[in-house]
Order: sequence, then C-alpha cells, then structure tokens
Amino acid sequence: MSGHPSTYEPKYAATKWMDQRLPIVRMGADFMTFPSPRNLNYWYTFGGILTLCLVSQIITGIILAMHYVPHTELAFESVQRIRRDVPFGWLLQPMHAVGASMFFFAVYVHMFRGLYYGSYKAPREVLWIIGCLIYLVMMATGFLGYTLPWGQMSFWGATVITGFFGAVPVVGESLQQWLLGGYAVDNATLNRFFALHYLLPFVIAGLVGVHVWALHHVGQNNPIGITPKTKQDTLSFHPYYTVKDGFAVVVFLLIFAFFLFYQPDALGHADNYIEADALKTPPHIVPEWYFLPFYAILRAVPDKLAGILLMIGAIAVLFVLPWLDTSKVRSMRFRPVARGFFWIFLFFCFILGWCGAETPDNMVPFMSVGDKGLNFTGLSRIATIYYFAYFVVILPILGLVEKPKDRPESITKAILGDSSHGAAAPAE
Amino acid sequence: MAFKLKTLILTGTAAFIAAVSGIAYAAGGGGTGDYKMEHKHWHFQGAFGTYDKAAAQRGYQVYREVCASCHALKHLAFRHLGDKGAPFYNEDFPNPNDNPLVKNFAADWTVQDIDVETGDVIDRSGIPADKFPAIYPNNAAARASNGGGLPPDLSVMVSARNGGADYLYNLLLAYDTPPPADLQLTPGVYYNPVMDGGKIAMKNPLSDDLVEYADGTPATLEQMAADVTEFLAWSSDPKLEQRKSVGFMTMLYLLILAVLLWFSYKRVWRNVEH
Repeated sequence: MSGHPSTYEPKYAATKWMDQRLPIVRMGADFMTFPSPRNLNYWYTFGGILTLCLVSQIITGIILAMHYVPHTELAFESVQRIRRDVPFGWLLQPMHAVGASMFFFAVYVHMFRGLYYGSYKAPREVLWIIGCLIYLVMMATGFLGYTLPWGQMSFWGATVITGFFGAVPVVGESLQQWLLGGYAVDNATLNRFFALHYLLPFVIAGLVGVHVWALHHVGQNNPIGITPKTKQDTLSFHPYYTVKDGFAVVVFLLIFAFFLFYQPDALGHADNYIEADALKTPPHIVPEWYFLPFYAILRAVPDKLAGILLMIGAIAVLFVLPWLDTSKVRSMRFRPVARGFFWIFLFFCFILGWCGAETPDNMVPFMSVGDKGLNFTGLSRIATIYYFAYFVVILPILGLVEKPKDRPESITKAILGDSSHGAAAPAE
Repeated sequence: MAFKLKTLILTGTAAFIAAVSGIAYAAGGGGTGDYKMEHKHWHFQGAFGTYDKAAAQRGYQVYREVCASCHALKHLAFRHLGDKGAPFYNEDFPNPNDNPLVKNFAADWTVQDIDVETGDVIDRSGIPADKFPAIYPNNAAARASNGGGLPPDLSVMVSARNGGADYLYNLLLAYDTPPPADLQLTPGVYYNPVMDGGKIAMKNPLSDDLVEYADGTPATLEQMAADVTEFLAWSSDPKLEQRKSVGFMTMLYLLILAVLLWFSYKRVWRNVEH
C-alpha cells in the first residue's frame, strides 16, 4: 500500500505463514513505520482528527438508526424519544449532531492547511482531488442528515436545496420530482434521504481509504514544502506522530466535549425544535453554519440558475486548483505575496459565511449609514468576486510573476542550519 | 517547539472565539425588535447549573392549572416528572412509576383508552406510564377554540426559541407594554413586543394570584412566569443535569490525558530537533 520499502520481518511461524498468504500484518506495520517529514506541525493533525470524526459519526449514526423512524408523522417524535428514553440517547444524539459540526470544522482547517502549504501540487494532485470528492460527499451527507430530525429547518432547508434542481433548464422540474419522489418534500423524500444518509458515510470511508493510499504513495507534504531527501528528514510515524497527534486529538476532543456537554444547541437552529410544517415558512431559512459561505455565493446573483452555477463552480474550482496555481513553490512560507492574498481569501470566506447568515437586504454594520451604503448582497458580491479571482486570476498570474524567497535545501537544513551534517539521527 | 504550541493555542483560541461569538449571535437573533429583554440568571445556567426543583414544581402547577387549558406536552409522559433530574424526583423511588406524587399527578388527568372487552373508546384516569394527553382532538378543533390560533406544544418550547428561557419569561411579562400607535390589531390578536412581528394570538395568560401555590410562595406575575419557564426549560432539556455532570468528568479526564500526552510527546521527541 505504501511507497516506502517494507522493513517488516515476521518473527513467528504464524505471522510468517500469514505474511506469505495475506501480508496484512506487514501492511499495518508499514503504516506504523511510515517515514513522515520531521517538521510537521499541528495543522497536519487534522487528517487523523477527521478519521476519528468519521468513525464517531458512523458509530453514533448506526445506533441512532436503530431508534429513529423515517416517517413524517413520527420522525420528530422519535428523535425526542431518543433524547428522553433511549439509554444514552441523550448523549448519542447530540454527539452525532455536534459531531457533524466538528467534522466540518476539521475538514475546513484541513483544506485551508492544504491551500496554505500547497499540498495540492505535483505529485499530490490526485490526493487533493480525492479529498475534494470526500468533501463533496460530506456536504451531501450533512445536508441529507439535517433533514432527518424533521424540524422546520430540516423541512424548509430540504425544500430550498432541492428547489435548486428545478432551475436546471428543460429537465429541471422532472429532475426535482425524481429526487423528491413527489411534487414536494414529503414522506417519500424523507425515506430516500434516510437511505442515502446511511449509505454515503461508507462511500466516504472508501474514499478515505483511497485518500490515505494516495498519501502513502506520494508521502506527506510538510510546512516548508521541500520533499524529504534523506532518512534524516523523516521520522517513523510511530511513536513520533502517534504521540504528537494523540496530544492534538485530545485537545480537539476537549473542544468537542465543551460543545457536546455545555452548548449542544449553539451550532444549530432553534427553529429545528419546531416540528416540520409544510404550511408555515420560517421567517429566515438558513442552512447549517458550514454551508453558509456557499449559500452566500448562491444568493449573490439575482438569477437562480446563475447562482447555482456559481455555487457549483465554487467547489468545482477546487478540483482544478492543481493546474490553476502555476507556482512551483509549494509552501506559502516562501511566497510572501501569495501569502497575503491567501489571508485575504480566508478573510473573505468568513465574510461569505457572515453574509450567508444575514438577510440579503439588511445593511452591513460599519459600512452603511441608514439605508445608504453596503447591504449584505453587495458584500457577498465583493467576497464572491474575490473567491473566484483568487483561484482563476491571482494564483495563475502570481505563479508566473512572483519572486519566491530562497528555500532551504532540505528539511534537516531548515531546522538545524547548514551545520547539520552528522547531527544525531533520532533513535528508532 | 514554543512556536508550535503557540500555533495550537492560537487555533484553539480562534475556534473558541468563533464559537462564543456564534453563540452570542444566535442568542441575540430573536425577533424582539426594540424590546429590551430582561436577561434573568437561571438556576440551570453555568457549568454546574441544576434546575431549581422547587421552582420547577411550582411551574408544573402553573402549567397544570393555566397553560394546560390550551397547550399540550405531547413528548412527555407522567413518569418523566419523577426521573432523575426531574422536578419531582425522589430517591426513595428510583422507578418513577412508583413515585406517589407522580401517580397522583397522572391520576389527575383523564386519558383516552380502548375498553379491551367491548372495543369502545373510554376515558380513564392516567397512570405514570401514560403520555400527557392531547388537549384538543385535532388541530382544527384547537384552532376553532382559539380564534384561529394554534396553541403550540410546549414540550420543547424553550429550545425552540432564540433566547430560550429568557424569551419565554419576557414574553409572559411583556403584555403590559403599550402597543405602537400604528399597529392594527384584529380581534383575537394581542400585542406582545417579544413576539416576532409583535402580534400574538394568546391573550395575557397570567395575572397576580392566579394560582395558589402549594408551598405558600406568593404567586406574583413574575414568580409564576419564572416558575413555569423553569418547568418548561426542564421539559425541553430533561437530561441537562446528567449531561453536565458527565461532561465535567469527561473534560477533566481529557485534560489529564492531554497533560500526560504532552509530557509523553516531550519525552519521545527529546532528542529530535524539529
């Protein structure tokens, strides 16, 4: 599975026997001794954190599915029953709901990490694209799952999102009806959303397997983006990174636990505690926080179809990023100009999130006086333009004109300076 | 090394600030316009907050004698009143079905059942295992009795409003605010500035001394509003006490584990410059 020569030697008769037939112990051993760059910082921990999130979501989800009833008349009540009467349901249901937010928080950190350190560049294009695919399936899973509690936001969120498909020219209406299983979001919709919500996490798990395979084939990127050259540049995954990741995972779990136990509703909407009512539209239909930036892009243009195309484009552009960024230098540490644009990009992503949460016609505080000045539609347009410009204008041009800083010859030299020859290699 | 710990602290702090501002934003997002909501300190707030059982018990009395004439509690069973962390929990009766208070409360309600001999629909008095019964046979009947308004179920009401307990408490007390001059109120619609849009189909349900508290507490308007809010806060989030106590132990455990892992990390990496 991995691209480094195997150092595993079976010691016992049984493991020798097994190794000749299915080298599964070898695979595990090679995984644990995988040479990882010695300069990985905590931003590189989020891959492990994400795996943990996926496992946690699958385990809590399977147990919830044993008690949940996918029927419009019973779904809301069954969630209440889980929280009130099912043993540990009061823990598992919020763990799954808060876990979804934590999963997206971690995936965003992981993606911005990749953007900053140029982890999408050769030879990691395929690794990056598989990652984008995982994110796409995650979005679908998150959206489907949010429908299941059958609260007001569940129902109206599902109505709005599936409504986008109706904007597709010619086949839109039939496509929408085919997705919903009817003319509107109803029992048929809830049933298929439940079935798909149960299926997709296993698709994600499969993609994660391929993602890790690709990672182990090309090796990890690192904060300076210089490919490891000698044995000195790397450390065995275990114990160095198991212990370092272990520490970071526990810090992440502390944040998770804070929300789970003390603010379980802070990341959701109060409206979702109101049972779905097809006759009563909530005053503000807002998606979950992790979709807000894309929701803002969608609403930035008056035309529905154009909005949808922009929103799809906002994700599609990530898939071709490896070919849009023309710079050969991976890490932003050596690209002072690009680094500035990156931080502005991050800033505008937060702005988009803010715009997504606000009513478009409302005026932006500090940028307007009365009804004169900038409203949230205007702000989301500015942010949307920057979002796309960053990928299709700034990165392609900067790669050609920017003069990067001098880069160290190797990871070891970057750490120890030029006097590193003969520096003690870590005991293994 | 110090630099990387700094990164971690920065990430954690940033995440925390983002989260807290998100919470503040969500909490402030109620549709209350210019009305200044009173932020009351609730007994169940804070890391170790628990429900004020005496207040929640009085709140049940307010619910039973006032709210229950229109509002149901369909997600609750009578036995829930005697669960651990619930208003009428009694450690002598770990099984709430045996709790005499719970039995009495249940018996105070009439529930529909089927006579197994004849198949007829009959009325009988409740037992702890019964759910709180519906107040109206269906939504149409509920609307017909309330001038077109549908009294919402109160089981998760405190969770279902931005502002939570403060929202409900303020709503109950805001009826005496004079309506704006330009507001047109149709018959059966009342002014309440806490409501989104200022219009509410429920007329002021509470007034001083409307109930006579079993424990002798003077039944002022504020007292009743606070008590029924405490009770409904419990019904919205009945496992809050359990969650907070498990949460405290979990976080303590994780904190100790984090410290141990930090020192393990320092030890494993002691000879590695990075």
